[in-house]
Amino acid sequence: MKRVKMFSNNKSKELNQISQMSGQRIQDCIQCGKCSASCPASEGMDILPHKVIRLLQTGQLDRVTESKTIWSCASCFTCSERCPRGIDIAKVLEAVRLTVIRRTGESRLMADDIFEKIDDEMPQQAIVSALRKYNK
Amino acid sequence: MQRIGVFVCWCGSNIASTVDIDKVIKEAKKMPGVVHAKDYQYMCSEVGQNLIKDAIKEQKLDRVVVASCSPRMHEATFRKAASEAGMNPFLLEVANIREHCSWVHKSKEEGTPKAIALVGAAVAKVAFNTGLISGEIDVTPRTLVIGGGIAGLQAAIDIADAGYEVDIVEKTPSIGGKMSQIDKTFPTLDCAACILTPKMVEASSHPNITLYTYSEVEAVSGYVGNFEAIIKQKARSVNLEKCTGCGVCTEKCPSRKAKSEFNEGLTNRGAIYSPFAQAVPNVPVIDREACIKFKTGKCGICEKVCPSGAIEFFQEDTNITKKYGAIVVATGYDIISLDKFGEYQYGNHPDVITSLEFERLTNAAGPTAGKLLCPSDNRKPKKVVFIQCVGSRDKSSRGKTYCSKICCMYTAKHAMLLKDHYPEMEAYVFYIDVRTAGKNFEEFQRRAVEEYGVQYIKGTVGKIFPDGEKLQVHGVDALTGDTIEIDADMVVLAAATKAQDDTDILKRKLSISTDTNNFFTEAHAKLRPVETHSAGIYLAGACQGPKDIPETVAQASAAAAKVIGVISKTKLVSSPCVSEVDESICSGCLACIKICPYEAISSSTVDVKENGKTISKVVAKVNEALCQGCGGCTVACRPGAIDLKGFTNRQILAEVDAICR
Repeated sequence: MKRVKMFSNNKSKELNQISQMSGQRIQDCIQCGKCSASCPASEGMDILPHKVIRLLQTGQLDRVTESKTIWSCASCFTCSERCPRGIDIAKVLEAVRLTVIRRTGESRLMADDIFEKIDDEMPQQAIVSALRKYNK
Repeated sequence: MQRIGVFVCWCGSNIASTVDIDKVIKEAKKMPGVVHAKDYQYMCSEVGQNLIKDAIKEQKLDRVVVASCSPRMHEATFRKAASEAGMNPFLLEVANIREHCSWVHKSKEEGTPKAIALVGAAVAKVAFNTGLISGEIDVTPRTLVIGGGIAGLQAAIDIADAGYEVDIVEKTPSIGGKMSQIDKTFPTLDCAACILTPKMVEASSHPNITLYTYSEVEAVSGYVGNFEAIIKQKARSVNLEKCTGCGVCTEKCPSRKAKSEFNEGLTNRGAIYSPFAQAVPNVPVIDREACIKFKTGKCGICEKVCPSGAIEFFQEDTNITKKYGAIVVATGYDIISLDKFGEYQYGNHPDVITSLEFERLTNAAGPTAGKLLCPSDNRKPKKVVFIQCVGSRDKSSRGKTYCSKICCMYTAKHAMLLKDHYPEMEAYVFYIDVRTAGKNFEEFQRRAVEEYGVQYIKGTVGKIFPDGEKLQVHGVDALTGDTIEIDADMVVLAAATKAQDDTDILKRKLSISTDTNNFFTEAHAKLRPVETHSAGIYLAGACQGPKDIPETVAQASAAAAKVIGVISKTKLVSSPCVSEVDESICSGCLACIKICPYEAISSSTVDVKENGKTISKVVAKVNEALCQGCGGCTVACRPGAIDLKGFTNRQILAEVDAICR
């Protein structure tokens, strides 16, 4: 593993955007891991939620935007409910998702892809919420 | 011709960084009456104080203004220095250019003109100061200790050993407090009862100590040296003199529904009960809410079986009033209720318990005679999971923001004792950080990991899923980055400590303050940890903030030393800043009497000469010993006949005029 260069102000413009968009105080996190322990979608994640927050604390946004984690997140808000520091982690992950899909050509789900993904059991609500979450 | 000296302190950079000291000195020299102005970095130091003393003597100053920090910090220091130089101490005034000026402004442009105005006000006031003489008040050399746990006991024993009388008021039926519920104490693993019971016996047999158990403080009035307290002795329904402590009544009591407070609700107790076998006094009480006789009129078995005729159903709560010179508050702590932490299933499953319940389970005198057994089915657990920080370090609305201090150590203790008794059991501790700052604490916790094989996992538990006999614990190992699950048999929650629920009521009775977490506030966090802002009232133990036994005992002895400092004097110096009545102006309306919170004013009939005739009129009269100088009467007085020495109307108006100039 390569040594990561730490800068006291590793805050890129996008990182500042995430703090502002989510309105969350990422610096309050004490790395207790409650969010990761509670996450029902953690099996599909490569970086656990508490590590996502730690990476954001150290300014390593790239590793977060490239992870599978942010797309596995179900936005169930269990993490936010249980966080002892009052951080809405779900909002933070949503902010990261938005910075990705708002980049040109990086929408996660295009309207054309929907047809192959649906089946008889999927409620219409799922299509609408998927577009809201994964498409700019 | 007055000769006023002005001394301006830099307070290191506390004042000097936001106030241009040279400018203040320059302006001070121009103020009316000022003949000398000097600055120094630390006026309160010996060098600084000598500057004041030397100037008083050499410059023949008759009044002094010190521009520095709050008078609450050093007015006494500077007045003492003035006195040593031969000047009446009340001819010295402090201008607060720190808390009221440099600490609330960010630039010299803002701070300097304000500092000059404050100094000007103090100079204008001091011109009207008179050389007041302090009075004396009597001291009752008896102390009231509220709370009979280890803190209260230690303080009481220290004061009693110094030769003074002490009363301990304890609201439960026995002294001993939380420490009596504990099995072993960290880091020595001493048996708690073995080190506590000798102190309990010493307190009960000490000729200078009187115990009032099953009693509460109803009301407190007065002030340092002269407190008056009303103590409510709740009806025990058992005669303290006749009872021999044989225990037959507690065995035969047919009511078995009440939960034992001492065993944290893990067992039931009778209506007539003694909290534990080593209770002091060893006399039971009747819990009238649980008692069949008090509820229905039927039963009375205890009275029938008592060999000493000690049962007295007719007893009622009695109040006694006593005088005290000082009060020590040692009311201890509690743990939070866990109903907002549903994910841990506490309350839903009997095998999820708090650390205090674990303490009772492992105690030889506890519900399972010291055997660690699952409360649900009394089987021996194979895997025990300990979860730290349940409700501590919690910024959400569920918990407390502070660290509860004792849990890292007591959990290490629990895990180690478990592995020591049952080496084949598995112990897991979920922690966020391990805090082991005390003497020998770090080595103690590392022994649990390195020698006893306790598995410490940095991370916490998301939720517990009951699964047959097992409790599926879903947690995370934050260091390896794995989500984990443990099929536990028992889960122990380190619930946060909190201040006692009746703190609000007690604090109003004593007129002392509490902080946002409901712990009593000390006079100064660093330098006065056992005093409150009310003279004569001291704090000891966990009621001031979460702490362990060594710190509690140290604080209790510290409070005792402060108490002895007060009650060892036959007289205390009282502040001469009291009200006085100008009888020629007083109209006798007595509005001041109605407003005085200390009942220090009374009416009196005097003869005065008015218009050439001598007439008799009613005027107000101030008892200088009772007056605390609050000034409420000076506001209520319509003719302006009553004035506060040291803060006269003329002095205050001079300050206002100086600021408005």
